[in-house]
Amino acid sequence: MNAGRHLSLEGITTGTAQRWGGVRLVPLSRAEPVPGLRLHPMAAEDVRDDPALAAEYEDAGTCCYVPHAYVLTWDGDPEPSAAYGTRLIPPGRSSAPRRVHLDLRGRRVRESVRGRARFLPMRSAVDGLLSLFAGGPEIAWAEWSRRLIRDGLSAPALTTYLGEEIEGLAEALRVFEIHPDQCGVAVYVADVLASVHLYPHPDDYRALHTSMLLDLFGESLYMYGLLRTGVAPLYAPLREREVRSLADLRREVARSRAGTRSGHDSLMVSSLTEGLYRNGGEIAFGRWESRSEGGPRSPMFRVGWLAPEPTRGDGAHAGEIIVDAHGRPAYLKTLRLSTGQVRRARLLSTLREADWRSAEAADSLGITESELVARLDRTGLGHLLAPGLLEAHRAERRRAARR
Amino acid sequence: MTDTYADLLACEDLLLFAGAAISSTGQREFHGDADAQRLSLDFLHEYVHGTLPDLYALMLALHVNDHNATRIVHTLLSRPRSEAPPEERARENGLIRRRLALMPPQRVYRLFARLAAERVNNRRTRAVMRDWIAGRALDLDALKYRAGLRAAARHARVPLPDEVARFLFSAPAARRARPYASSLLEAHRRAHYAARDLYDLPYSVAEGFAAHHRVPRAVFLEGIAARATRAERLRLDRTAHRHGLAPPLADLASVPLLRLCSYVLALSPSERRARRAELEQALERAALRTAGPLAGTWPRTAAVLDDSHSSTGSRARRDRPLALALACHHLVRALAPESSSHWVSGRTDALTARPLGPTPLIEPILDALETGPARVVVVSDGYDDTPPLLADALTLWRRRVDPDRSVTMVHLSPVWDADSSAPHRLSPAVPTIGLHDPAVLPSLVELARFGEGRLGLSELRGHLITTADAHLGEGS
Repeated sequence: MNAGRHLSLEGITTGTAQRWGGVRLVPLSRAEPVPGLRLHPMAAEDVRDDPALAAEYEDAGTCCYVPHAYVLTWDGDPEPSAAYGTRLIPPGRSSAPRRVHLDLRGRRVRESVRGRARFLPMRSAVDGLLSLFAGGPEIAWAEWSRRLIRDGLSAPALTTYLGEEIEGLAEALRVFEIHPDQCGVAVYVADVLASVHLYPHPDDYRALHTSMLLDLFGESLYMYGLLRTGVAPLYAPLREREVRSLADLRREVARSRAGTRSGHDSLMVSSLTEGLYRNGGEIAFGRWESRSEGGPRSPMFRVGWLAPEPTRGDGAHAGEIIVDAHGRPAYLKTLRLSTGQVRRARLLSTLREADWRSAEAADSLGITESELVARLDRTGLGHLLAPGLLEAHRAERRRAARR
Repeated sequence: MTDTYADLLACEDLLLFAGAAISSTGQREFHGDADAQRLSLDFLHEYVHGTLPDLYALMLALHVNDHNATRIVHTLLSRPRSEAPPEERARENGLIRRRLALMPPQRVYRLFARLAAERVNNRRTRAVMRDWIAGRALDLDALKYRAGLRAAARHARVPLPDEVARFLFSAPAARRARPYASSLLEAHRRAHYAARDLYDLPYSVAEGFAAHHRVPRAVFLEGIAARATRAERLRLDRTAHRHGLAPPLADLASVPLLRLCSYVLALSPSERRARRAELEQALERAALRTAGPLAGTWPRTAAVLDDSHSSTGSRARRDRPLALALACHHLVRALAPESSSHWVSGRTDALTARPLGPTPLIEPILDALETGPARVVVVSDGYDDTPPLLADALTLWRRRVDPDRSVTMVHLSPVWDADSSAPHRLSPAVPTIGLHDPAVLPSLVELARFGEGRLGLSELRGHLITTADAHLGEGS
């Protein structure tokens, strides 16, 4: 597959950052919306019951997407659920893909879900994402639980809480002033890149601005939010000596703005664009068309998953991307992984590379098989192992401790 | 200069308080909540009343907004200074009376009810209540402000006419047993039994009876239009439109500028475009009326107006900052014959202004400076996207481009920041003043002189006393 390709943010300009408390939001704008790709009418609240729009999309050959972890009520299923993996669905239909149902605790959460577009909390969303690109064993090795082999990697029903509890984020979102041509945002909490969102059309961004950020994030951001540090504004200083007239001042201001922008792009987003690798199965969709007359035909869009490079340390991101025929991102969503999730992702990718042979995987990690089992157990992946094996391993550990 | 350092500090404190009392209303703002606003404002009131008690009362003569004027009157009545010299006490009494006479009656009755609830019952309070009530049309107030009048009259033992006293203080059966000589009170008595009588009552009172008699809304609005006040008619405009009635306020010319701006912003952009000629004419005339004798006297002026998303204000003050920007746009045009307006979003049509988008303030300010004005007025809440860039650029402009101050720049902020107890500043190079009502713009400019540090406390005290005496002179 396309492993090893870097992520580019071609065609996208970063705007002036806005900050509130410890949260910094950097708008991402496009000069032109991406043609032929829009948010599914089912997911946009104000046009959900508008059949005319769906018909219009169908006539124009527009592809529609439903973002990963977006909680919806699908046809033929009264309970709200979220799709795992961004889906491309014909505009008029809402067939249900593989998805997770929510374990809704508390009245407030239940009420907020009813009739409203929202996302799963970050932890659930990321766990789901990780399970997608690790796949599952293709050979029924005895070490793994029957369920894993039968169903592939699965996440249990997840307890969800509202993101409103995250310190400062809701307020930062409320006071954020959306640019007219803004299609996305890079979110920093205490100057750690927490998430990047990019949509093909400014209206899609506006539809998802509050719902996505209010409901998305989980524990790692919660911890950073508690730091309560105000972040400093990004600013390249003006040079006093250069200013003699109004025109000089205007030029210096433009220079400062450009400096701030390039500083942000090279220092802050680079952790994302240089550390992410495209991974997992790419799905092509949309009309096939050739870029040039008689040239090779390629699909309009491709969906791909983004995974962190397994050897990297902290600050890893996972996410999804839709690229157009020219390889430019039309839709992008990345989420920062917590340390536990990075560990989990590393284990899963090792297992995947070893075709789920536990001996080989342990070898490549330089540990014994029993240590691998211990590590899986510790990182919360114990449920993947055959119950007998896990029990035997735990008993062994207990005996060793008693000795 | 005879002022000591302490005097300079006192001068600064007083100006800080004046700024707060002119702009803050203790309501929720876009960036801050109501509790923080109230807490911060309360502190300032306590502080100034404690340290500069003689000047505290003089604030009533400035264009302090009604919320803070009520608060000052409340403090003066509930904690009078018995040791003050007689002429100061006399001036305080005069200021209280004058200010209450200018205030909307519902605010005064709310203040009286609060004083009654707190059992503030000194001689001054009783005298203020008695004098103020003596100047009112009591049968109307008995209907519209029943609870307030009742509480005040009972608390200050104000003798009321027999009929009004019977209306306020007797049991329901006795209240309605006999007819009244006053036509209003009689209409109220009969409206209990017949729907046709409710059209003689004030709008706010009649509304309850209309609900009681199940009068259809359209019928009620048509009948009551003549009895509604101007503000009520403006408010009923949309409802009347929905019911297919003629607009209750046919002539927008009499509406005050700021209220008219809020009304315009509440209309959809398409409706604004459709009624462009009518609305623009009304706005221009309101601005000219507000400018008064100062119209056309200002030098060439450029206005920088903030229509970013934060000018939506809050639920308590919807679109208020944008309405102020729109009002200033028209007021500056009325004050200065040669003027230009520069909206932050880059729009050129003021009538269709909408609160959308980010706040890059420095670019429109540079545009404004390029038109070669003598005065630049920036109307913004002061929350720029890149505050240090804006502050540095303005400082550099003052220091390197225009060191001999040929252009004066002033920043008017509709929003008061509770954390710093002042409006959000743009830059140390530009004075910032809180703005609540565009009608007080000239007096604000007057006050801003004292903020530059060249005039001290004694001059400020002199200025305040002169203003207060002039203010009292207007009333007598």
